[in-house]
Amino acid sequence: MSLKTINCSPVFMPYMPKEYLDLINKGPFGKEMKLSQVGSVKELLEEHPMCEGCAMAYFIRMTLIAIPTPEHSVIVGTAGCGRLSLSQAAIPFVYGNYCDTNGVATGIKRGLALRFPEQHKDVIVMAGDGGLADIGFSQVMHSWFRKEKFATIMLDNEVYGNTGGQESGMTRKGEVVKMAPVGKQFEKIDMLSLARASGVAYIARLTITNPARIVNTIRKAILVAREIGPTYVQAYTSCNIEYTIPPEKVMDDARRVEQERYSFVEEMSDAAREYLEKVHNIK
Amino acid sequence: MEIVKPQQTVVTPEHLLFEAPRKRAYITGSEAASEAIKRANVDIAIAYPITPQSETMQRVGDLFGQGYVRDYYRAEDEVGAFSAISGASRTGVRCMTASSGPGLMRGLEVIASWPGHRVPVVFLIMCRVINAPLSIQPDNLELDYMLSTGNIVFHAENQQDFFDYTLAGFVISEKCEVTLPVAVAVDGFFVTHARGWVEMPSSDLKLPPRDCYREAVPMIDNENPPIRIARDAPIQKSNFISYQMHASWQQEIHAAQERSRRWIYKYLGGLIEVVNPGAETVIVASGSAVSQSREAVRQAEEMGHRIGLIKVKSLRPFPVEELREACKSAKRIIVPEFNCAGWLNRELRATLYNHSDAEIAPGPRVFGGITMPTELILQWLFDKTGNCR
Repeated sequence: MSLKTINCSPVFMPYMPKEYLDLINKGPFGKEMKLSQVGSVKELLEEHPMCEGCAMAYFIRMTLIAIPTPEHSVIVGTAGCGRLSLSQAAIPFVYGNYCDTNGVATGIKRGLALRFPEQHKDVIVMAGDGGLADIGFSQVMHSWFRKEKFATIMLDNEVYGNTGGQESGMTRKGEVVKMAPVGKQFEKIDMLSLARASGVAYIARLTITNPARIVNTIRKAILVAREIGPTYVQAYTSCNIEYTIPPEKVMDDARRVEQERYSFVEEMSDAAREYLEKVHNIK
Repeated sequence: MEIVKPQQTVVTPEHLLFEAPRKRAYITGSEAASEAIKRANVDIAIAYPITPQSETMQRVGDLFGQGYVRDYYRAEDEVGAFSAISGASRTGVRCMTASSGPGLMRGLEVIASWPGHRVPVVFLIMCRVINAPLSIQPDNLELDYMLSTGNIVFHAENQQDFFDYTLAGFVISEKCEVTLPVAVAVDGFFVTHARGWVEMPSSDLKLPPRDCYREAVPMIDNENPPIRIARDAPIQKSNFISYQMHASWQQEIHAAQERSRRWIYKYLGGLIEVVNPGAETVIVASGSAVSQSREAVRQAEEMGHRIGLIKVKSLRPFPVEELREACKSAKRIIVPEFNCAGWLNRELRATLYNHSDAEIAPGPRVFGGITMPTELILQWLFDKTGNCR
């Protein structure tokens, strides 16, 4: 999308909603947003129906700030809480079927590459732990095996939040949640190791405690996916409803979880490191 | 590997399908399908092997290797293949895939979502047994499941149809007022692995590329205003507006199917073909059952009987008015089918209810791979004394 197409015909301008005009005049299109600009610019996502204190909503907000060229980006999601806000962001969003994110993203990436060989079009999968590690597992893994060039971002709340709190593969062993009446019987799926074994070019794990880190990590994941290969970011975005965390304690919980078991991990291939340093001047 | 793009001339669909001189070749249905793909200007084909479909899609892989198809890969399974096709089609490129029996059933969630996502796609179906015990034999029960998905569904009789319907499928699928997937089915093995004469225009010719900005919905390519495009309507809310939205969305899919009729007339020569119009005893059939029925009609003629035959080319949209008109004089109708459920029989009964006094016989049906001998059709037409039943 050139900025020409974001700007509608001047004769329509007086009739466009203020939200739209704000996006054109004060939005992130055509420039790279900085975290420090939050509050003084029009963000891609402002209103959403997520729960009070939702860590995922906050993480998604930071992610949208991190997207390097939103005017050339597509987000692919699936059923789950995340899409409730993603579908309201000012960025094309594809909401397909169950399990299909990484297949759909493959098709979108390849289709756009055929049609626009001279223009980077970033494809970003953003979905929950159930969508990516359970029902969508096969497509996630195979997109990595095939070295498809898009970023996969897991919103890991360790539970099926949107369907009301059932056990997922990313739930911790022993947790008593719905459909795990006597506690989950097996370990949280180690997606980082699976990503490593699949040759994913950039792998990161983080929580929501550090907004600058979120922005940097997501930006790197999207840029590496452009040229080098698949990337994977796994973010702890607690479900404060199902894990009964009071809204004001969500950040405390994230700090505690980060300290105990969800420390920041960042790994990348030599090619990815070189690309980030040489092409994007990111160290 | 560097792929050298072959020199092909883009011609109009009308020229390719009707005007260009054709040469005859004695080829299998799988070959006929891949010959159609060769001339279809396909951007992305995604394959996953299953008998009897594999031969077509591995030939399409060869076409990729030769530069006739721009992108191609072997997916992880049918759900992966069909999902990726749906993503690719959203970006405006021409897409195709294919499957058979259990593969189709595995991917049915995705197939049933294509129409709602308004993705033009050509989906080739090489029918085979879907139920247990596992079998690779021809049986078209899977088409019963396709009928309610919103896909346009053609049923090709033979190798020639498979070539022609596939090419026409791309053209119809991408028409602005249609913008729907087109499934082109054939009976596995009987058509895919058997040879027949196929007349084809030169492979130096191909269809024009997909013109994605002349379709019913905007592309997911970030080249259209407005800024935000969520083509997949956010209707998963429990309120009256979302129910209305979903209802109208579904109605529009079926309306789009209806609007495809004029293009089916143009590119397939109609939704049905009638042999011996006005006959009192009529065979209604689709797919390779039509070929067996043609032979039964010929043998009946030798016995001095004039039997009508109606070939149903399009299962969706269904030729409701056409069948009512063509069956006006019918007193007895038989419906030979290669499946146990008798879906064509059911469709026909619903269509003729209150429009015909004809007796509609519940068969003959064969399934599980059994062939349909002409004698079986004749038995259902004539009693032991040789008179029409």
